[in-house]
Amino acid sequence: MLNTDTMRPRGPLVIDIENITKHYVMGEETVHALRGVTLQIHRNEYLAIMGPSGSGKSTLMNMLGCLDTPSSGRYEFAGRDVSAMDDDELAAIRNREIGFVFQTFNLLPRSTSLRNVELPLIYAGVDPATREERAAQTLRDVGLGDRLYHKPNELSGGQRQRVAIARALVNNPSIILADEPTGNLDSKTGEEIMSLLENLYQGGNTIILVTHEADIAHHARRTVFLRDGLVESDALSEATEIQTLAFT
Amino acid sequence: MKRFLYELTESWKIAAAQMHANKTRSMLTALGVIIGIVAVTLMGTAISGISTGFDKSMAVLGDDVLYVDQQPWIRKDDWWNFRSRKKIKTEYADSINRMISASQNSNLLLAVPVCSWFRSVKYNENQVNNVYTMGTTSDFIAISTVDCVKGRFFNEIESRGGANVIVIGYDVADALFPSDDPIDKSVLINGQPFKVIGVNTRQGTFLGLFSWDSMVAIPLPAFKRYFSAKSESEIRVKVKDKTKLPEAKDELTGYVRRVRGLPPEKENDFALNEQQAFKSTLDPVKNSIAIAGLFITGLSLFVGAIGIMNITFVSVKERTKEIGTRKALGARRRTILLQFLIESTALCLVGGLIGLTFAFFMCLGIGAALPSFPIQISFGLVVTSMIVSVLTGLISGFAPAWTASRLDPVTALRYE
Repeated sequence: MLNTDTMRPRGPLVIDIENITKHYVMGEETVHALRGVTLQIHRNEYLAIMGPSGSGKSTLMNMLGCLDTPSSGRYEFAGRDVSAMDDDELAAIRNREIGFVFQTFNLLPRSTSLRNVELPLIYAGVDPATREERAAQTLRDVGLGDRLYHKPNELSGGQRQRVAIARALVNNPSIILADEPTGNLDSKTGEEIMSLLENLYQGGNTIILVTHEADIAHHARRTVFLRDGLVESDALSEATEIQTLAFT
Repeated sequence: MKRFLYELTESWKIAAAQMHANKTRSMLTALGVIIGIVAVTLMGTAISGISTGFDKSMAVLGDDVLYVDQQPWIRKDDWWNFRSRKKIKTEYADSINRMISASQNSNLLLAVPVCSWFRSVKYNENQVNNVYTMGTTSDFIAISTVDCVKGRFFNEIESRGGANVIVIGYDVADALFPSDDPIDKSVLINGQPFKVIGVNTRQGTFLGLFSWDSMVAIPLPAFKRYFSAKSESEIRVKVKDKTKLPEAKDELTGYVRRVRGLPPEKENDFALNEQQAFKSTLDPVKNSIAIAGLFITGLSLFVGAIGIMNITFVSVKERTKEIGTRKALGARRRTILLQFLIESTALCLVGGLIGLTFAFFMCLGIGAALPSFPIQISFGLVVTSMIVSVLTGLISGFAPAWTASRLDPVTALRYE
């Protein structure tokens, strides 16, 4: 079965990680969370990072999301060396290039959906009128056009996650980084969120999914499996693999 | 720049939302600042009131009048060193005036003799004791700041002739004539009748310092006629230009030495007094009151600031995850720092405004209760206390805001 999207040529390189390590000193002990991970992610990939707890997948996600810098190794984001950046430069990268979707949604409880989605635009220095227009449009895109002025506690879990996804999308980031996006949702709502992510992927977005659930990871086109701080496997899903092979 | 502006607006909105969401907590914290600002503002008002009061009392003396006395007002040595000095005679005034008119480019204008002692003044059943009673000439009006609210000062004819007329201070008039018009009434001093021809404009008393309100003035010949047995004399000399006070003093010293026939080798056996002498004695007192007062009330503001700091720390702690989220979305250190600084500043500003309002009404109350105390809130004080509020907010918010801005986004996001 030939699927059109799998036939698309690979986009340009977005994330280029080479042999990065991360260790934390905890008291007397040094914890080696990542022991040398090499990974390349291209534009418009749909990638899942899997692994049991303690495998280093959270640490890798923090690296990918520019929330943290590696202890050693090289990390280039769209050609820029991230490992040498200071806090504020990292903040700028996160603001413009990365859209975060958290397991616990992380919405500001006292702000409306609109205000929540506007937040990254404020930090980007977008003027108020454009801000509101773009935030509202993005909310409509995720199907929340009638929930602009609702606060998180007036929304269902699925709706909250949609607001969070709109917030991740609003600044047109290079990648969307979703950390267990369905972890706090029932399976039906979870499926809705996954199909929203699928739509975003079809629409040209790059999506990185961090999860420990095989069912969820199954939605991705490529799965990176981590164990003990190392990449155990990095494979395209079956259908994708065939297509890619056919093109090379 | 634009982004900074948006972040600033955003921070103010967050601050307002925070206060709205935690009304009780914000109010209690602001209370510390309110009390601090009330205390500091009232103290500031009181200090400026005291200062105004001093200056007003000083104005009685006039800053362009030199006083020739037997003793200096502020004695550095013991009084018996001065006791044996020759008395000042009222006749000196005429001699000095002659010398003034004889000299060209004199720095002096006019010399007026004043005899004084404390007397009781009586009208019917009413009596006021220890009234500062002056005997002087009609020239007095030319060298003093006194003004009549009713009637007039005595004229030259009354002055020379020593008519039994009297000009009385406002408080004296008030005590002797609670309901009557004092003009043309006859009051008794030592059994001698004097016709009231003028009442001085109210000047207000302050801490029992000089005030025209409790003085009376009669023509010099009349004073000598009845009270010469016990009195003190001085010569008051008005200078032409108060910026040339030192030159005027030198000139006057020469005149008085001539009048008193002092040979050159002898030291002055009189004193030239001026308002400045009092000021320089009172100013240190005034200043130490101000410093002590502001320090003590400043402590209460300090306690308020600690409250603000504490609550900002709590706010940072309970919103750690929010800080993490904001950082993940692109908030920079400066953004977070600004946000919490503005929160603490907003609290202080609200506290300051409420405090200022309280202080304003308290000042009105004090002003109504103690009319003689010159108390009023000045625009400068309002601005100052607002600046102090903002500074309090910035200083007390800095440590927590700094902590927040330095939070590691990974740790902050994981915080529950």
